[in-house]
Amino acid sequence: MIELFRVTKAFGDQVVLNHLDLTIPTGKITAVIGPSGEGKSVLLRHIIGLLKPDMGRVIVDGEDITHMSRAELNRVRERFGFLFQNSALFDSMTVFENVAFPLQEKTRLSKDEIRDRVRRALEDVGLRDVDDKYPDQLSGGMKKRVGLARALLLKPDIILFDEPTTGLDPIICNAMHRLIKETHQRYGFTAVIVTHEVPSIFDICGYVAMLYRGRIQMRGTPDEIRASEDPVVRQFINGELEGPLKFV
Amino acid sequence: MRRETLRSGSRPGAAVFTFADVLLYFPMKNHHPGYPMLSIARYLGALTLSLLRELGRMLLFILYALYMIVRAPGKPVHILKQLSFIGAKSFFVIFLTAAFTGMVLALQGYYTLTKFGSEGMLGSVVALSLIRELGPVLSALMVTGRAGSAITAEIGIMRITEQIDALEVMALEPFKYLMSPRILGALIALPLLCAIFDVIGIYGGYLVGVKLMGVNPGAYFHEMEKSVEWKDVYSGILKSVSFGLIISWICCYKGYYTSRGAEGVSRSTTAAVVMSSVLILVWDYFLTSVLL
Repeated sequence: MIELFRVTKAFGDQVVLNHLDLTIPTGKITAVIGPSGEGKSVLLRHIIGLLKPDMGRVIVDGEDITHMSRAELNRVRERFGFLFQNSALFDSMTVFENVAFPLQEKTRLSKDEIRDRVRRALEDVGLRDVDDKYPDQLSGGMKKRVGLARALLLKPDIILFDEPTTGLDPIICNAMHRLIKETHQRYGFTAVIVTHEVPSIFDICGYVAMLYRGRIQMRGTPDEIRASEDPVVRQFINGELEGPLKFV
Repeated sequence: MRRETLRSGSRPGAAVFTFADVLLYFPMKNHHPGYPMLSIARYLGALTLSLLRELGRMLLFILYALYMIVRAPGKPVHILKQLSFIGAKSFFVIFLTAAFTGMVLALQGYYTLTKFGSEGMLGSVVALSLIRELGPVLSALMVTGRAGSAITAEIGIMRITEQIDALEVMALEPFKYLMSPRILGALIALPLLCAIFDVIGIYGGYLVGVKLMGVNPGAYFHEMEKSVEWKDVYSGILKSVSFGLIISWICCYKGYYTSRGAEGVSRSTTAAVVMSSVLILVWDYFLTSVLL
């Protein structure tokens, strides 16, 4: 279980997270939705300790990661996988080297074992014959899948997805969602997905949390969110122009 | 309110204003309209604080980097790769600058020495200038321009494309993969490049002094042998090792704390080259005054 208590983060004068409380249950997929620029990615970065809150605490399975030394934090991070918005593949390495990198650095597997595991991980995400390509030779969707393969490889307990489908066409987007759902069923990890894909994300996630003005506006199952009377939630999931959410 | 330290794992460079930011952008905001003295006081205060913070961050950076070198120096293949990039691939540019520096030294030296009728001393003038001063300094400046800028740009792009964050979330230490090999590479490569610079420069001087201006070749090398002591060579090597540390330190630091896209990378790269070059010359003066 991941718990965030009164997490507050400001950049300069701009308060992004404002006394945010959120509980993320183990073994379920939780989607974090909300308007652009509301700090969804910032929230995700707090969960893995890439950002430290100005106030508040982040607790991962009973361990407070906000006041940890680097070594302790690294021990907790061993349990995480992270899919970056822009995939964050190492652009000087081939796809194979990218996926193999954490294995090479952290395990004592032989070259053959590493090759087998990388092949399998790439096939799991539907990629073949891309081993020797460099990230800039791949499409956005393929990069995301390589990133997913890299995140899944060490069989993490918790995977954080930062907009896994942004910028992909609807078909690949659905394929990505199905991929996440299938791998989740197979491995049973805890997942947090930051996304804009409303309502298609509702089909794969167990819980939805809506972020608005630095706080969780509402948290519940997809059905609860769909049935919500909250004007902000209603406006967002229906994509209406009129309502409390303002655009400039 | 904001706590931003290197060890906390927070994303550096994202929010804290750098010294350059304050210097350039702060004056444009008139914080206290109608009270110019207040605005000036606020500007100076912000400038001082940001300068102190930046210096502190730089110190923490190099201390942590050195600690990581001792604890986890990285794989030899990574160090060799950097050694090849910083050292071997700088050979051509070092060769050219060294040859022409030696040649112009001989020309100028010959012109000056003939005024005293002692052009036989040319060898020792060329050798001492090169070994004590020009070899370490010029090779360091050339490496800054060629490899230092590349180091900053590469690490800076890794920062803005989240590749450094990717290392961190995999619980892999970015310093081990990015900083340690580069710092070690520079520490090894610089003295070697400096030695190559010295030798080529001396032969460049020989070419002009002896072959062109007609100085006695025996005198050229004999005077050199008589005047150059072990201490001169030693101080030159020591200098270039310290320059290696300066270059890798500043360039890695500037890359690591890059923010704000492509413009940020260009700003970091410029700042790294300017700062390394200036620091090399300033440090050179103080080191010389101590070693003399």
